[in-house]
Parts: sequence; structure tokens; C-alpha cells
Amino acid sequence: MSQSAPTKTQRPLSPHLQVYKPQMTSVLSILHRMTGVGLTVGLMLFAWWLVAAAIGPGAYAVFMNFAGSPVGMLLLFGFTLAFFYHLANGIRHLFWDSGLLFKIENAYAAGYFVLFVTVLLTFVTWEYVLFSHPFGEYYFGETP
Amino acid sequence: MNMKWDNHGMKTPLARARGLGASHAAVPGWIRLRVTAIGTAVLSLWFLWFLSQTIGTSHAEFTAKLADPRNAICMLLLIIAAFTHAVLGNREIVEDYIHNEFFKLSKLVGMYLFFFALATACIFSILKIAL
Repeated sequence: MSQSAPTKTQRPLSPHLQVYKPQMTSVLSILHRMTGVGLTVGLMLFAWWLVAAAIGPGAYAVFMNFAGSPVGMLLLFGFTLAFFYHLANGIRHLFWDSGLLFKIENAYAAGYFVLFVTVLLTFVTWEYVLFSHPFGEYYFGETP
Repeated sequence: MNMKWDNHGMKTPLARARGLGASHAAVPGWIRLRVTAIGTAVLSLWFLWFLSQTIGTSHAEFTAKLADPRNAICMLLLIIAAFTHAVLGNREIVEDYIHNEFFKLSKLVGMYLFFFALATACIFSILKIAL
């Protein structure tokens, strides 16, 4: 009897991520990387904005129309949320780099504070944005 | 295979441990990531102020504000800090999660080229507006 391709032996694997309960520390750490990647994608919008401004009023209006559209506003809102989270949690990381906040209750307290600051700053920013007619003539069709 | 830690010789434990991390040479990148983080954090406070002053204004008003040397310099610094930080941060993620040497290198090279081009476009645009 000829042997076919050797099958892989099924050996028990050590438990991986899925067996661990999500913790404040690990979830915020993963979020830090995810928001970092998200902000990198947002840099493309940022570049589009500056290049459009350099090209001229027409290209700038195209960008502003996109930024004021529902999709654009959703992207910008996500960018704001990711930005404030990455900023606040980045400062938390800098504290760790200086050897502070390592006690588990301090790490947790700082984590809750980061989440609070993120929501607060995002809210304040968009409150300002929505009530100061940010996209001006581009969004409202005429200068408010 | 001769592993790095097999070669004891006269080496100290630190010398044997060096270069075994995901990127094989992380210390300068680690420091630069922190320095650019602080730079980006400070400059983004300026950026929020600048946005609050310019968003919603016409193209002419916006470019006039950006042409102010104080604003143009801050914007250039922000681009240098933020793009360096973005590349270093993404590099750390790639080195941690992509283990195939070929994919890792192609991802890193593509990333460097793309962000270098993007940052150059931003810098040229500011200079064109401001000068």
C-alpha cells in the first residue's frame, strides 16, 4: 500500500488569545495600534486637503464638498475619535515609559481616564464643528 | 543551526540578548517613536487651533492664513513629526505580526516609499502656498 502525502500530526496547541478574558490593559493596547493604523489612513485625507489647497480653489472645493458629505463627515468623526484616543493613550504610554502608573489599579484608573477624555474631547470638538458651520459655503451652499 | 545565544565566549548576557527582538535593531526606533510622539502631540494642539481658525473659510482666506510663516512652519514640523511617527508605528506593527521575511520587507519598503511620497506632496504644497 503506497503512502500518500504525509498528513500533519494533530498535536495539542497551547491556548492562544481566545481563552483570555478581555482586560482593560490589553483592549486599550490593541485599540492604540488600531487607532494608529486608522490615523495613518487619515493622513491620506490630510495630504489630499493640502495638495488640493495648493492646486487651487476648484480642487479645494472638491475636497471640502467631500469633507462635508455624510461619508466625509463620518470619516472625519472617526478620525477625531481615533486622534483623541491615540493622543490620550499615547500620553498614558509615555507615563509607563517613565516608570509610572505600573500598579494595576493605577493602570486601570488611567485607562478609564483616557476613555473619558477621548469621549469628552471628541464631543467638544464636534459640538464646535457642528455649531460653527465649519464647511461654510461648501456645506450649506452659501456662507452662513 | 548556530543560534546567537549559543556563542557564549567572553560576551556579557546583554551582548547576547541584543538584536533578538522582532526588528533586530529597535533602540533608535524606540526613541524616535517617542520623540516624534511628543512632537506630534504638541503640534496637534496648534493644529486644532489652526483648524478652528480656518475651517469653513474660503480658499483665499485659508491659503492666506497658511502662508503666515508661523503657521507654515508649524504645519511643516507637524508633517515631519506625524509622518515619521506614522511610519515608525506601522513598522513596529508589521515587524510584530508579519513573520514571512519577504512579505515583511515588501510591506516595509512599500510603506516607506508611499509615505515618503505623501509627505513630500504635503511639504511641496505648503511651500507652494506659503512662498
